[in-house]
Formats: sequence, structure tokens, C-alpha cells
Amino acid sequence: MSAPLTSLDRPNSYIGRSVPRPNAKRLLAGRGRYVSDLRLPRMLHAAFLRSPHAHAKIISIDIEQARALEGVHLVATGADLAKICTPWTGTLDHFKGMTSAPQLPLPLDRVVWAGQAVVAVVAETRAIAEDALELIEVEYEDLLVVVDIDCAREVGTPLVNPGSANNVCFRSQLDSGGVDDVFASAAHVVEEEFSFGRHTAVTLEPRAIVADYDPGSEMLTVHHGTQTPYQFQDLYSRHYGIPEARVRVIATDIGGSFGMKLHVYHEDMAVVGLSILLGRPVKYVADRIESFVSDIHARDHRVRARIALDAKGEILAMDVHDLTAIGAFSTYPRTSVVEGNQVIRLIGAPYRFKNYRAALEVIFQNKVQTSQYRAVGHPIACAVTERLVDMAAAKVGLDPFAIRERNVIADDAYPQTSPTGYRFEALSHQECLRRLHAMMDYDALRAEQADLRKRGVYRGIGIATFVEITNPSPAFYGVGGARISSQDGAIVSLTPTGEVRCLISVTEQGQGTEAIISQIVADQLGLAQEHVKVITGDTEVTPHGGATWACRGAGIGGETALQATRVLKRNILEIAALILQEQPAALDIIDGEVVDAATRQQRLPISEIARIAYFRSDTLPPGTQAQLTVSHHFAPQGYPFAFTNGIQGCSLEVDVETGFIKLLKHFVVEDCGRIINPMLVDEQLRGGVVQGLGAALFEECRYSDTGQLINGSLADYLVPMAMEMPDIVIAHVETPTADTALGAKGCGEAGTAAASACVLNAVNDALTPFGATISTIPITPAKILKALKRF
Amino acid sequence: MKPRAFSYFRADTIDQALNAHARAGDDARFIAGGQSLVPALSLRLQAPRLLIDIAHIADLRGIRREGDTLRIGALTRHCEMLSEPLIAEFAPLLRAAAPFVAHPAIRNRGTFGGSVALADPASEFPAMTLALGAEIEIAGPSGSRRVKADDFFIDLFETALQPGELITAVHVPLFRSGQRFAFDELARRRGDYALVGCGILASHTGDRIDDIRIAFFSVGNTPTRVKGAEAALTGFTFDAARIAAAQAALEDDLAPPESDEVPPAMRLHLARVLLGRLLGRLGEGA
Repeated sequence: MSAPLTSLDRPNSYIGRSVPRPNAKRLLAGRGRYVSDLRLPRMLHAAFLRSPHAHAKIISIDIEQARALEGVHLVATGADLAKICTPWTGTLDHFKGMTSAPQLPLPLDRVVWAGQAVVAVVAETRAIAEDALELIEVEYEDLLVVVDIDCAREVGTPLVNPGSANNVCFRSQLDSGGVDDVFASAAHVVEEEFSFGRHTAVTLEPRAIVADYDPGSEMLTVHHGTQTPYQFQDLYSRHYGIPEARVRVIATDIGGSFGMKLHVYHEDMAVVGLSILLGRPVKYVADRIESFVSDIHARDHRVRARIALDAKGEILAMDVHDLTAIGAFSTYPRTSVVEGNQVIRLIGAPYRFKNYRAALEVIFQNKVQTSQYRAVGHPIACAVTERLVDMAAAKVGLDPFAIRERNVIADDAYPQTSPTGYRFEALSHQECLRRLHAMMDYDALRAEQADLRKRGVYRGIGIATFVEITNPSPAFYGVGGARISSQDGAIVSLTPTGEVRCLISVTEQGQGTEAIISQIVADQLGLAQEHVKVITGDTEVTPHGGATWACRGAGIGGETALQATRVLKRNILEIAALILQEQPAALDIIDGEVVDAATRQQRLPISEIARIAYFRSDTLPPGTQAQLTVSHHFAPQGYPFAFTNGIQGCSLEVDVETGFIKLLKHFVVEDCGRIINPMLVDEQLRGGVVQGLGAALFEECRYSDTGQLINGSLADYLVPMAMEMPDIVIAHVETPTADTALGAKGCGEAGTAAASACVLNAVNDALTPFGATISTIPITPAKILKALKRF
Repeated sequence: MKPRAFSYFRADTIDQALNAHARAGDDARFIAGGQSLVPALSLRLQAPRLLIDIAHIADLRGIRREGDTLRIGALTRHCEMLSEPLIAEFAPLLRAAAPFVAHPAIRNRGTFGGSVALADPASEFPAMTLALGAEIEIAGPSGSRRVKADDFFIDLFETALQPGELITAVHVPLFRSGQRFAFDELARRRGDYALVGCGILASHTGDRIDDIRIAFFSVGNTPTRVKGAEAALTGFTFDAARIAAAQAALEDDLAPPESDEVPPAMRLHLARVLLGRLLGRLGEGA
């Protein structure tokens, strides 16, 4: 007997269906158009001389020899670019009291991290530009370097920014009250200090930009490997004083971004200025070492936290201090304090307790800037919370599942407001816990673990619940004064042949944005997906919007496409009704045919409506103006964020002689609301989990005492690779948001949010027989062997 | 990441290569697979005026038996160590080490002679020439010579090769019955440079160890034979006490370098663990 029919059996029902990405074949065939590959006529190449010092005064710069080299067109210093580019400051108003020094494309008189670009050379080829770099002489005078976070906080310590009172960028506090009293009388208190290594995105394609200023038309075109073309259109316009309509940013195919490619980088701003100075296209592609020393880094937090429970294991309160060092500047325009802000607001988020206190301290130091990178703050908040919960479980004598079942907010208790002020519409922790327990075959795993321990094999099992922030409203950046849109725009047209073209502001980074938008449009209009073409990433063509970051593409971009398509469908049916002398409500569209809504009898292909509207409008009733292009904008309303939730589990084995960890299997149960394309959601989760596992075991930007990055290559900075990755099993719970018709929330960061916490818990579980514990990531063999006192 | 400009000469014979180098002096480098040299050029860590491409010299190719040894041409690619039947039969230790050498793309181009000539202390093959008791065949301006692997590795990236000389082949004694071998390494990811690695070739009469050569890599400035550990085992069997004695001997055999990520004491510990495991396997007849 065949399965019962579902909504997916409707014609053109694409929402909820795993269909391949239409652009995947093009990319696999090597037909991608990446900025790295772009060659424009008369294009020149930029290279940057970088500071070897983490903190130094620039005494003099001698560029004469470099300028004289054949093939060199321009050698520019900070002073040259400062004449045409206004400075920027990485602060936002809603982070009260935060400070950061103004920044320019290249420094005027002082370098503040090792690797900072100091002088730009533009030449016929990149090789000639690099030859010229060797001919530049910069005289530096060393200044005291602030590297260590504790050192940076000491009174009387050298200052990263002279003239400031101290090295503090931002301080923030949350306090629901009553925390001290609860801790004083709690049956159980558990406390730990955690640290999280600095790491970075390591995109397959490094940062790439081609700026093309045409002095004839006074028009700036920037081909930019970025997630957020509209934001950069605004920034290039304002900082170079070019009217916005004369700035075009084109973001075509991009080899990975992960949040790293939406920040202002000094080199990128410089390249725009170099093109303006030369009136020619200028290209810059960061090489791998340049990426390591100039891409934003992330994490680098030290968190001291404690949790209070009653005798039965109910969580009563948490008390948190988060200390983070962000480099010498706060990043523009999104700042470098969002991660810390999210850490202190997300800690404890899955749980029901009321009393919460947190302090955040954000500190400057002489390293490259940190800022938003996939799952901003989530992995830290999750690891701190979930490790403390596991420690508490051990103290109370509860199983990790049992303590979570006892404390998560019940699925039927929503809406809820967290003690940190986050408002949750509807989450599904209980259901996710049940599903994970079954999916892991938890009891059997525990039995196997006990059995193997007797034979000297040390397996660990770890679980971690999480809450993820998605679909951000203007509460995220807009209220702070950032010109970063939380709305999206779409233009949907019925073409003369009856196909649909959708121009939309959300962008594609390989996660399948264009695929899901075409699914939504095809689904809502009643058309085969192959007849929908989606166009993204060109400010001259696509409407202004937030683009792609913070898990908003499906939830906000998707809703924009849905609403735009519904208007287009209404317009099409109005014309159809006139032609067929029917009421629009009596008609529908299925597979590109206007049908009788009740009987589904075919009446007229939409291609015929398009033909009449575009070429024979004379045959329509007088006064009829067919509107077969619809532009529509959608800004999220209702809840400021659409929170999602889920739980992950992992099983691993620790070799207690070598300290090596073998990941055996990883499990995810996740609730991102309405799923548009299950295959793409699963791919997002798997990719996210792998990035989280990289953080857990491998990735860390290591610095010397003098502020030199000592592992800035892919031989030394270890990214997760296929051989070490486990199978990742995924299941879904669907709790759609009622704030939109689509009901979708984000899923891009969920995998990263909890994967490292899971591993941390599992490793500690494995080490239980030895009484050894780990509270820092990445968890390296050295840390395990140290904890086990093997050397 | 673009190299400084250089001239390129493709040599068809060993003499052409040597003559080109002699004419250019110190400013020339031989290039074969280029898997270490090309990154060094791109990073401008090296900037020779002339690259002499030796990858097309027929006399540097091929693997063949010569009496009691296997002559492995310097241009033998790492991937050929995995596929050549003569290697599997007569130098199985190299076959065992090969899958751990970097990644397939690198193994497809990197050459055995190039790896030995570079003498990276973290590389697998240079250390295996020690374990095998190999001899390095060298051609230079003053003719050909052979140097024992034991005498070849002098210091960090420093070997018995003189300027203008190149390795033409490596001679490895044929693997024979009564011998056992073992190889393993501890690398955080497959294909990475190991935290510590080890290859062993042992000759037996029954269970008695007549001779054993144990070579470590990633433990210091050069690939390193651990003669104290070897002595602790020679004349004995692979019993727990002798294995423990060999492990203990590493303390004197090895002097791991300072490193923020792998402190010397940790590397020594890992070397002991690895040696214990490999000797355990040999005791089981591996």
C-alpha cells in the first residue's frame, strides 16, 4: 500500500522538498565566477607591505625605489588615502559607553598589530607589486606590546590607544537581582573557569576585491567577494563621498564567507581608494598568510561561571563573568562586542531558572580584530552552560539527560522571556531531548561505554542543548545606528514567455539561497521550479536589503519572496479573470496553467496571459494595466528575533596514552521552524557541526609574547578535515514561527553552536575514571595528557 | 605570494644539470617535484636566480634490483611507493610509510630523492632510510659517491650533500625472510606532519632479535636512530621487560626541541608510547 498523500503531493509543492541547488552543476563544472578569477581590461594589481611589529611608531617610509620600479603605477601610504577616505569608528550607540579609535585604510603614524597593512603598491602584476614591496623601507620605533589579556587589564599597563584611560573597549552587566542570596542558600553550587581559543574562518577562497572607478562617469563599481553588497555600497559611498547611485557593488560567486566577509577590511577600503586615485580597475586577493593576519578572528573568551541548584537538581541561578580580547580596534560597522554580548545573553537560555547575573568586559590588545563569525557567541554560551549542567548533574547524581529534562523550559510553557531579556515564541527542548535519546540509543551507548572501560577503552558521551538567534529585527544593528538593513526586498516578474524572474536582496554563498528562493516562488505561484530564475548580489539590479548573515536568508528573504509572489499571483489571476470572465477567487495556478480553483480544470496557460499583457494589451478591457512585475519589501515584526533550538550529542574515544581523540559519531536534533529544503538544512547543519568540531579539537590562532601569529599557515593552523570527521546523524522537529506566513527560522549556525560543547562534555565524560577535567577548547593532545599527568 | 623572477633550465641529463649548477653557482636550485621548494619560492623564503628542472632526467628514474639492494631512483614519486610491486616486496617499510606522507596531490608530485635531500626532520622517508640502513647515491661536480644514511643527516635541513650535488638514487638492502618491520606515527590529522613517528626494521632468528634499527622523525633537528633503545633489544626477544627497557632508553636517545605546542617531555612520552606499540606489534610477528 502506498503512503498517504501529504502536502508534498500537491503539484509544485516545493516547500519541504529536497531538490538540488540549480547552481550546483555550474559550480561543479568549474563555471563559477569568483572575484579571484576576474580580469578586467586595464586592470592593475595591489599588494600590501605589512607591519612586522605588533605595536610600533612609524618614523619614516621611503617609497622612492619602489615607485621607480618598472611596472609600478602607484605606491600609496596612509597619508595618501586619508586625503580621499573619511575615517570610520567601530562603535554602535546601543552598546552604551563603548569606545574604539578611528580607523583609516592605512595607518598614518602607528601600527597596532603584526600584519597590519602599511603601504600599498599597485603594479602591472601582483609579482611586480610584491617586488616593489621589497624595495620599500619603513623605519619603526617599537612600542610596548599588549598581548596578554590579563596584562592588558592591569593598571599602568601600556595602552593600545594612546590618550585613552585604559584598554577597555566595553563593559556590560545584566542582573535580574537576588543572585547572591540564591547562591548562599543553594544545595549545590558548581563553578568553573573556561577558555576558548581565538580562531578564524579560513574560507576556501580568500578575501577578493576588484574596485573599478571610472572617472568619465564618476562611477565606482566594486566586484567584491562579500555577503553584504548593499552595506558596502553604502560604506563606499559615504567614506569616499560618491553618491550612492554611482556606487555599484557586485557580489557574484564566493568561496565561503561564514560571517568573515561582511566586515570592513583596511585593504578592501584601500583598494577602492587606489582605483579612484588611478582611474583604473585594481584587484586585490588576500593570500593565505595575509588572510590569517588580517581576516577577523573570533572567540577568544575566558568565562568564569557558576550555577546554583536545589537538592533535587533544579537550576536556580547562574552567575557569569565573560572576559574577551578583541584586538586593537572594534570592527566596523558591526563592532567587536556582539560576540560577548551574545555570550552573556545566551548562557542558560534553554533553562527555566530566574536569577541571573553576568558581567562582560571587552579589552583591546595588539592583535588583529575579532568580530562576528558563524554562530557568534553561541558556542561559548553553550559550552559554559552545558558543561556546568553536566558538572551539576554529577554532583546531584543525575544522568545528563535527566537533569536537562528536569530543567529545560517545557514545550507547552511558551511564550517565555529569559532572565537575560530574550523573548522566546515557541521552542521544543523536551521533544528534542526525547528524539536525541532515542536516536543515540543512549542506554545502549552507556552500556557499551561501561563494558569497554573494563577493557581499558575510554569512550565519552556528551550532549548539549542550545538556543540560536535567527531572523534578527532592527534590534540587532539598526537601533545602534548602523546602516545595516534587517528588511529584504524582492522584485518578481512574469516574463513574456510565462516564466518568473526573481531579483532578491539575500545573497548566495553556496548554502543554497537561490535554490530555496526559487522553491518558494515556484511553490507560491504554481510553477515548475526550473521556470524560476533567481538573481542575487548586484546593487544595480537587486533591491536593497540585509543580504545574508545571522541566519536570516530563509526566514526573512524567504518570506519576502513568498509575499512578493503572492502579490504577483493575485495580479496574474486578475488579468486571467478579465480574460476568462471569471472571479479571480475562482481561479488558481497549477504548473503554469490557470485552472478552475474548484475543479482544477485547465483554463489558460500563464504564458498566454503574459503574451496578451505584454503584446496585446489592446484586447484587454479599457483601463486595465497589467502589473506583472511586483516589488515587495518585508521587515520582520513581532518578536525581535526568531529563536530556534536543538540538541546535539556525540560519542568519542580518548586514547589516554597519546591524548588523541577519535570522534565516533555525532547527532543533531534541530528545530528551525518550517523547513524549505531538508537536504540543504542537513548540509548546513553538517557544515556547521564540522566547524564546531574544528573549534573543539583543532583550530586556534596562536601568538607569541611579542604579538606574532605563529601558526599562520594551513600546515600549522589545523582546520577539520574529512578523515577525522564522524558521521553526523540529523533529525528535525518543526515549530514554525507565527510571525511570518512561511514560518521559517534560520539554521546556518545551529551546527556550530553546540558541537564544541558536546565534545567538551564527552571528553570530560571519558576522563571521569581518572578524575581529570578539561575546561578549555581546543582540546589538544597536550591538554589531555597534562590533565592525565602523563608528562 | 608570487616568487621573485627566476630563470628556468630543463636538464635532460645529469651532466647537463650539474653543469648548469656549476655555471650558476650558489644562486641555483634543483627542482624535481617542487612540493617544498615551490611554496618556499612563493613565500620568497628562497629566491634563486636559476631553477634547474631535473624531473625529466631518465637516469634518475626507475626502481630495480642490483644484487642485494634495491636501487630506487631519486625521481620515484611518493605515490609510486604505494603502487610499485618491487617496493612492496623488497622495501615494505617504505610501502608502509607512504600512505602517511602528506596527501594524494602531494604524493603525486613529490619525489623520494627530493624528500631525502631536503631532510625535513618531520618527514617520513628520510627517517626510513635510517631504519633501512640505506645508502644515498650522489652525483656532483667531482663525480659520484655513496653516503650511508647514518652519515647523511647532519643538522636541521643540513645533509652530506655539497653545493651543486644531487641525489641520483637510494640503495636499500632487500627485505628478506626473518625480518620484520613496523611503522606508525601520531599526527593530529591524517597527512599532517606527525608529533612523533617511527619506523623499525628488525632481523630475527626465531624470536631472538639479531639486529634492530629504530628511526624516529619529528623528534629533533634530524631524523634520529635511537641506538640505546636498539641496544636494549638486540639479542633479546620482544618481551614486556625488554620493551620497557627500550622505552626507558629513549630518554637518553632523544632530545626533543622546545615547542609551545608539544613540550619536550610530551614528545618524549609520545615517543615511548609509540615505540611500545610498535615493538608490541613486532612481538606479535608484524
